[in-house]
Amino acid sequence: MQLVNYMKMEFKSHPANVGMARVAVAAFASQLDFNLNDLEDLKVAVSEAVTNAIVHGYDGSQKDTVTIAASLFRHAVQVVVADTGKGIEDVYKAMEAAFTSDPERMGLGFTFMQSFMDDLEVKSAPGQGTSVIMMKKVSNAINALAGN
Amino acid sequence: MDLKGNLDLDEAIDGSTLLIRPRGEIDLSVADALRLKLDNLIEDYSVKNLIINLSGISFIDSSGLGVMLGRYKKLSSHGGRVLLVSPAPQVRRILELSGILNIMQECSGEAEAFAKAQGGYKCS
Repeated sequence: MQLVNYMKMEFKSHPANVGMARVAVAAFASQLDFNLNDLEDLKVAVSEAVTNAIVHGYDGSQKDTVTIAASLFRHAVQVVVADTGKGIEDVYKAMEAAFTSDPERMGLGFTFMQSFMDDLEVKSAPGQGTSVIMMKKVSNAINALAGN
Repeated sequence: MDLKGNLDLDEAIDGSTLLIRPRGEIDLSVADALRLKLDNLIEDYSVKNLIINLSGISFIDSSGLGVMLGRYKKLSSHGGRVLLVSPAPQVRRILELSGILNIMQECSGEAEAFAKAQGGYKCS
């Protein structure tokens, strides 16, 4: 796929930055022909990934750094949300719906990411941080109308 | 009440039913403050039922859902209910996907929600 545009940002693992991150990625992705529902889906997925980095990667610490890199291709955006936190021991188990020991959380972060993005990959190991790699494609209907 | 972040909150009490009207976005940045505020209200007013008017919510993720679920667990353990009013389409999609609408009923308006909460009937 041909790269059209790219951005990278890093910010403190502060909860106040979750909203900023999802809006920034959605604004960047809006350069493509995503509809409003697609951009809302993207915002949820980014919000979940950044929240995971803060809550799980860094155990709520607000002093660490979350990195987001977004790549625009002709008909898709790839978003990588990365932390250098404690990592995930069993990625497969962590991605199971409702996997959480916290009664105040639903364990649906990865479920939402999988539902709202077209592709999801999680790279992680204990002590080696986590990278969540997500991709969303522009709707085929838009492509057809554009004669692509 | 300003709960910091991007969330504001109005509340009203009718008997043992608490109505809240949050406005803005519910994510990690406001979840703890919202949780604390609701738990304080529930305790102060001996709340049995909670109605959440979601019409003013433009964004919610699983952090927000977690606050709702925690309050549901707390109230339902004493026979209480949580009812939801008028979620925006993008918020409703999140509620549907999470399955939360299977345990918290959706009502078309506050009056209906109050009637159902206190009468014990289901919203249409």
